[in-house]
Order: sequence, then C-alpha cells, then structure tokens
Amino acid sequence: MERKVLLETQDLRKTFEIRGRGTLTAVGGVNLKLHAGETLGLVGESGCGKTTLGRTLVKLYRPDSGRILFEGKDIWTQNRKENLHYHKDVQMIYQDPYASLDPLSVVSTSIGEGLDIHGLYRGRERRERILELLQMVGLNREHANRFPHEFSGGQRQRIGIARALAVEPRVLVCDEPISALDVSIQAQIINLLMRLQQETGMAYLFITHDLSMVKAISDRIAVMYLGSIVEMAGAETLYARHCHPYTEALLSAIPIPDPEVEAKRKRILLRGDIPSPVNLGKGCPFAGRCPRADAKCHDSCPELREVEKGHFAACHRV
Amino acid sequence: MTEHILDVRDLAVSFFTYAGEVQAVRGITWHLDRHETVALVGESGCGKSVTIQTVMGLLQSPPGRVTGGSIHFEGLDMLKLTPRELRSIQGNRMSMIFQDPLSYLNPTMRVGEQIAESYRLHHRVNRREAQAKVREMMELISFPEPERNMRAFPHQLSGGMRQRIMVAMALICSPGILFADEPTTALDVTIQAQIIELMNELKEKLDTSIVLITHDLGVVANMAERIYVMYAGKIVERGSAADIFYRPRHPYTWGLLQSVPRLDARQDRVFRYIPGTPPDLLNPPAGCPFAARCPYACRACAAYMPEETDFENAHACRCWLYHEGAEELRKKAEADWKEQGKEVGSHGEEGAS
Repeated sequence: MERKVLLETQDLRKTFEIRGRGTLTAVGGVNLKLHAGETLGLVGESGCGKTTLGRTLVKLYRPDSGRILFEGKDIWTQNRKENLHYHKDVQMIYQDPYASLDPLSVVSTSIGEGLDIHGLYRGRERRERILELLQMVGLNREHANRFPHEFSGGQRQRIGIARALAVEPRVLVCDEPISALDVSIQAQIINLLMRLQQETGMAYLFITHDLSMVKAISDRIAVMYLGSIVEMAGAETLYARHCHPYTEALLSAIPIPDPEVEAKRKRILLRGDIPSPVNLGKGCPFAGRCPRADAKCHDSCPELREVEKGHFAACHRV
Repeated sequence: MTEHILDVRDLAVSFFTYAGEVQAVRGITWHLDRHETVALVGESGCGKSVTIQTVMGLLQSPPGRVTGGSIHFEGLDMLKLTPRELRSIQGNRMSMIFQDPLSYLNPTMRVGEQIAESYRLHHRVNRREAQAKVREMMELISFPEPERNMRAFPHQLSGGMRQRIMVAMALICSPGILFADEPTTALDVTIQAQIIELMNELKEKLDTSIVLITHDLGVVANMAERIYVMYAGKIVERGSAADIFYRPRHPYTWGLLQSVPRLDARQDRVFRYIPGTPPDLLNPPAGCPFAARCPYACRACAAYMPEETDFENAHACRCWLYHEGAEELRKKAEADWKEQGKEVGSHGEEGAS
C-alpha cells in the first residue's frame, strides 16, 4: 500500500554555534518521509536531536541546509499565504504541559487563538467549535473558562491537543507528549491520540524515548543517534529483525515488566555515555560505543541504505 | 523468624496544611530483610516517597508529622532517636539516592570531595585517607578516568555519571540499607541499564539491602525480590515479585500491570488504563480508596476498608473480592484477568532479543 508523501526532509541539517567550543550538530543530514495518515515513531536518547528535528519541521528553527518539502513544495520558499497554510496543516504538541500553555489565558482563549489567526470560525460558531474540541479530547464544556493551573498534567496535555486540533491539521508533530505524565494517564492520552487519528486521518510524527510505547502505536519507526537516523523500518520489522548495533543495544536495555523474561534475557550493556554532539568526527557517530566497530567505522560515516524492502540501516557491518 | 533489618508497623504520616490534614500515609506495615531488595510501587502521590523519607528521618516537620505507628531499624526505634543519634545513622548506616542527581549534588564542590564528605564525617579520617577511600569507590563503580573526574564539578559530568556519583556517595559508608527513590527515572534507557546493573552488583559486594521506589515495573522486574503495591497511602497488595507479576490479586495491581506497554508483546493500538484519578487525601474515602475506579466495586467497597486476605507464601491483598460473600464477582474478575494474561502470554517471545 503506497500512501501519498505529505512531509519530506532532504538532507536536513541544523547546527548550533557554541561560543568558544565549536559547532553542535543537532541534526546532521536527515532524510525522512511522512505519509498521509501514518504514524512515524522517532526514537532516540536525550541529545540525539529528535526534538530539534521536530521543531525544524514546524518552522521553529531554520535549517542550515537541506530542504523540507510539504506536498512536494519547499516550505522555506513559500509566499505568505502558503506559509500561513503550512502552519495550519502542521501542528505540534509539546512535552511539558505545564510550560506550553499561557498561564494568563483561559482555555478557550488558548484554543481559539488558532481559529482567529486562520479566520476559521467566528462568533457563535467559534464558541461552539471550542466546546466541541473540548469534548473531543475528553474535557467538559465547563472547562472552557478555566485557567491552566486549575488542571492536572493529563488534562493540560488534553488542552494542548485540543489547541493543535482546532485548526484541523494534517500532520501532528508530537514531541514526547506523554513522558511528563503518570503511567495510567499515559495510556489515556495515547488512546485519545489514536482515536483522533482514526477520526481525522492525521499523520503523526511521534517523538519519544519510550520504545515500548512507540512500538505499539507506530507504523514505521526511525531510530536516531547523534543527529543521524541509524535505522528505519516498519514497527514489527524493527523489533524482530533490527540490524544496527545501536538499535540492538537500545532494545535490549529496555526493561520488560516480567521477572522471568528479564532473568533469561541477554543484555548488551553499552559502555560509556552518548558522546557530545559538539565537533563530531568523520566516522560513524556510534563507533566509540559500538561493540562491533572496526577501523573503517572510525574512518568514514556509513550511509543509510536499504537492507530489505522498507528497512534502512546506516552501518558498515550490515 | 529472623530479625528484620527494617520493620515498619502501622506507620501513618500526615501533612498539616492550611487546607487541612493531608493523610499521605495511612497505616502501612512492611519490612526489609538482610540482602534483600524490596520495591514500593505506585503512582505519584500514593505516599511511597513520604514513607521512606519518614523512615530515614528526613520528613519535613512541620508540616509533616508521624501520627502513628513505629519504625525499627536494626532494633533501634527510629522515631525516638535524638537528632544527634539520627545524624549518626543517616548517610552512614542508611542512605538514599534520588531521582534527579543534579539538584542533590552541590554545584560548587568537586565531586570527589562530595563523595568523601559523609565518609570523613562518620569515620573521622583525614583528607588523604578519605581520598584513598574515594578512589577505591570510584573503581568499584567503574568510573572512567577516576583521577581526573574526582576533580570535576557536577555540571561537567553527564546525567549517568552524576547518578554514579550519587551511588558512590550513598554507598561509601557501606550502609545497611540503601533507599533508591526513582533512581533511573531521569536517565536514558541505555544508562538506566548500566545503573541497574551497578546497583545489583554493589548490593552483593557491599552487603547492602535495597528499598526501591519506582513506578516503572520494568525496573522492578529487574531488581526486586518482594513488592509492596501502594495506593492512596495504603498497601493494597504485597508479595514476592513472582506473585505480584504472575498471580496478582488486587484490581489495582491488575490495572497497573495492564497499563504498561510491553516490548515483547504484540499489542493492538488501544491501551488499557485505569479510568479516573486517585482520591484526595485531604478527605480520604472511608472504604477502599480504589473503589471509585475499580470495575468490580460493590457497595461494601465504598463503605468499609477490607482487611488483608492472606494467600500462600506471604502474598496478601486488601480487597473485598476475596471475602466469601463475593465469590461470584471474584470468579468473573479472575476470569477477566486470565483472559488478558493470555493475550500477552501467547506472544510472549515475540521480538524479545
């Protein structure tokens, strides 16, 4: 089944200058395709550049080089009107539900702002639309006139989702939407997001470090390490037939809530920490921690190549 | 029966605030044996952190106050100690590691000094002897480049390294008990795996018992031998790790186990979850605190707190389902649970490497 490509990045790079220390490569040449209606999981540890990638996609950062195409058109060469449309079509929900809502605005103002900017609804209809959105995300009509501090973390995340949905986006970039929430609340928010996807056909780019959660909800998963995608495949394929040593180590590090399974499991412990993304060398970014690295790995950076249909990996040893 | 290293009986802790008395811990009894790892599991606000803070004598008072019960550590009555006696135990015979190492490390002190601090305080040794001990400790936790990193400040180290420093600080006096409050929650999974491995290894080497506090059942499965499940200030179920994971009895434990996605299970896209939120402990319900969220609740549940029902092998739970009058409901509930267990079990080996 081939679905239409909605959002595409071509060799996308985003670096930050750190005074006196050099260049931090947050995103170093990423090629991604997001199809209409699919969920693409983007996983990696902290500092791997996944959030920067998400923010670059919603135009919060300007990439250094490379292109972002939305329906085949470069988003940085758009005119004003197209730009406005892009912001309507691609929305984002944020990790921290405490910091991402304006504490001085009541919920209906926060949700209604997008409607006003895009001139979608006015007057009575606008009011009705806001109440409808609140109900869609499992809140009450009475919540419309309350301030963010009156809500729990899970409820705030629902408000953030309602705000993003207000302008009927076609792509939702979800940046760790559940990692600040309690376990039982996480499941509620995930179920909500899955239901909304069925109802609206939105595509999700789901950024997270929680591999067991992302496995259950994604069609495809991309694994990021130090600014590069090291492996990308269908969700089941990635878990069953991953071939990049980093993916292998990452998967084996995740504890499974089952003592017997855990006692029998073989764990690949990575030595050391994730290296600093400042002034990266020329070799494979994972070479320093990789149990299988050889001279070639330290010398040249492997390209992402297709190892089987729809399954890509960037490793010299595969 | 052997003497428990830590014996907590009917402990109740309240916080007296302007809004009223918040009953954070409402009569819990638990113990820890030598060489054992015990986990207190529950959602945020269930009282697990307050419990170990109280045990260690770190409860902030006011507003907190122990309103009942007793704590015995190696035969000492912890609630009757003078502040001086308490200080000789804290960091020495029992110590603690916290979730966020950055906020518990002193940013203006070199980490080597910080590791040495409690050792010098409790053992009255000079700087050089303390530094030798620190070096020994750094080797024990396989810290990279110990000579150089001893002179580093916390902000120069990564999250995983800082957590290692916390572990070294906590274990330098070889305490009888190590309390670990969400020790890996702030860490990445590959680093989390390192820290879990480290704690399990040091427990053997240093002859320490561990009390683990976490909401992550994956971490619990890796470390704990026995588990106490807490909900709204009460222990609702206790038992061996095997009993809690494979033969859970309390509907809350069922809910908790079901709401965690498992890497090794094929899953449909709908997660089970526990609807609603925990009760307000300003005004705790008279009956079972879980009644409002429990799919099997009946009238008795809301009105009366159930007594503990014992099963084999020190496995016990507080739930009216195990009262003789509730037999039919219990059969239905157990059938539901088995049904769901099958779904996970049948795909058990899938994808686990």
